[in-house]
Amino acid sequence: MQFLFDNFFALTISGLALGAVYALIALGYTMVYGVLQFINFAHSEVFMYGTFAVVWVLYFMGASGTTGPAVYGKFAIALLVAMAVSASVALLLERVAYRPLIRRGAPRLIALISAIGASFMLAEAMGLRDRLVGFVGLDDELAPYVARARDTRGLPLEIPRVGLFTIGDYRVTNIDVIVILSALLMMVLLDQFVRRSRLGRGIRAVAQDPESAALMGVNSTRVVQLTFLLGGIMAGAAATLYMVRIGATRFDAGFLMGVKAFTAAVMGGIGNLRGALLGGFVLGVAENWGSAVIGTEWKDVVAFALLVLILLFRPTGLLGESLGKARA
Amino acid sequence: MLLEVEDLSVNYGHIEAIRGLTFGVEEGSIATLIGANGAGKSTTLKTISGLRKIRTGRVLFDGKDIAKVPAHERVQLGISQSPEGRGVFPGMTVRENLDMGAYARKDRSSAALKPDFDRVLELFPRLSERINQVAGTMSGGEQQMLAMGRALMARPRLVLLDEPSMGLAPKLIQQIFEIIKEINAQGTTVLLVEQNAAQALRLADTAHLLETGEIVRSGTGHELATDSSVREAYLGG
Ligand SMILES: Nc1ncnc2c1ncn2[C@@H]1O[C@H](COP(=O)(O)OP(=O)(O)OP(=O)(O)O)[C@@H](O)[C@H]1O
Ligand SMILES: [Mg+2]
Repeated sequence: MQFLFDNFFALTISGLALGAVYALIALGYTMVYGVLQFINFAHSEVFMYGTFAVVWVLYFMGASGTTGPAVYGKFAIALLVAMAVSASVALLLERVAYRPLIRRGAPRLIALISAIGASFMLAEAMGLRDRLVGFVGLDDELAPYVARARDTRGLPLEIPRVGLFTIGDYRVTNIDVIVILSALLMMVLLDQFVRRSRLGRGIRAVAQDPESAALMGVNSTRVVQLTFLLGGIMAGAAATLYMVRIGATRFDAGFLMGVKAFTAAVMGGIGNLRGALLGGFVLGVAENWGSAVIGTEWKDVVAFALLVLILLFRPTGLLGESLGKARA
Repeated sequence: MLLEVEDLSVNYGHIEAIRGLTFGVEEGSIATLIGANGAGKSTTLKTISGLRKIRTGRVLFDGKDIAKVPAHERVQLGISQSPEGRGVFPGMTVRENLDMGAYARKDRSSAALKPDFDRVLELFPRLSERINQVAGTMSGGEQQMLAMGRALMARPRLVLLDEPSMGLAPKLIQQIFEIIKEINAQGTTVLLVEQNAAQALRLADTAHLLETGEIVRSGTGHELATDSSVREAYLGG
């Protein structure tokens, strides 16, 4: 307990930064759920591919050794590429693992199983990438390559940490500020898009009443694609911020982040964009506080115990209402 | 004929909901389909607006076969539906719901929509009092008005109304039928589905009686209203 009090601001602010990443990923779960009442289990991989995109882009640009403002420029490019990569993976998922099933009238449960399968496939493909892209021949000894492809990949370049200002006794760094502010900015943009734009209205219409939406002239196939696309873009942004904070990734890095983000979405009220935001921050901060009180190894236990507690008292999550029903 | 339905059949699985329907709706007229619960009235409207798949037969709008046109493109052709059970967007305000009605229009600037907004709010003054209320919290009758108003926002040539009087108080029913007459007088063709046969027949230029998926009587509204078997079964003798 004393540790929590002594490091209260440090724990809270790094919890917010962690929560910002959860929240950005959670948006993808919650939007797709709002429109389709379907959990896109493979969304964790959409995020994970984004983290690798960041690694590759920075290597490709020969980023190591960069200094000064150019560092930020390179991360900005990495952000755009990661968003594009994650969005492409999300669109591919929709096209391959989701649309054909629903078009044939399969129940949502079948689509969920298909998404779980796609999740494993995407993760394993990343874990075997050298072999898949032909760097490793079929007759080579596989084990060492597999082992290497499954190692953690670090970034060749990191944003140097600079203390900016002090809250309590914690020196807030540029990384904290970048992560929290960019996540908030992305979320505000998405929220405004869904609330104000014509396409955003189409999304809400399909979420609230798909048949009426069709009668109004909303093309629900396009709306579904758009939701996957937006979720993918948010996951790509999350991936970049994650790499800015953590600096390394692995083929299975999506799993725990995905589960946590999904937890955040449910905690905030699945289907509700602002709920995902709130759930992400609550979860990130609670994890940090909880692990300060009862030990870091209990971090995940704290997260899920909190979920159960919240759902006991508010079964529809903190903000309840779905994307559809949420008031403009 | 603005709308021609030829030998139309629609199935739900193995159940035939409608069988060999043939009827037409003249431009500028009011046509009505009446019949008992489960006769296939809603199915007919949903098929015209593209929500249900045709098994056999054709639907012609303005002389063109629209079987291949997906539902979300039919509103652009000029077909607009106020669905059964209202189908308003519960989480949107009245204004947003009306905006959704104009979703498919090419001219979506607020200046272009203004006359239509005004027209709808004039037809349904209740809606203008509640313009910022969330539709899901409105009474059944208000939602019904909103659904009709929303259907008009598309500036349709043909509006399909599925039981607009359902669940309304008698006084309001009277009002709704007046409004339908007014909508028609302003130049919109109306295809009306009603349980409330007496009122619908009084309004309709042409009427068709459906029984278990088939048309068993057709004629002018007056003819059906005075037909002895129709009177007995649907108008309470
Ligand atoms: N989605 C569906 N799945 C299976 N059967 C359906 C479906 N919708 C309608 N039906 C069946 O098709 C038949 C016609 O239904 P429809 O809704 O067109 O009747 P209706 O004339 O509009 O009735 P009501 O006056 O009660 O609204 C009914 O027997 C109904 O049970
Ligand atoms: Mg019906």
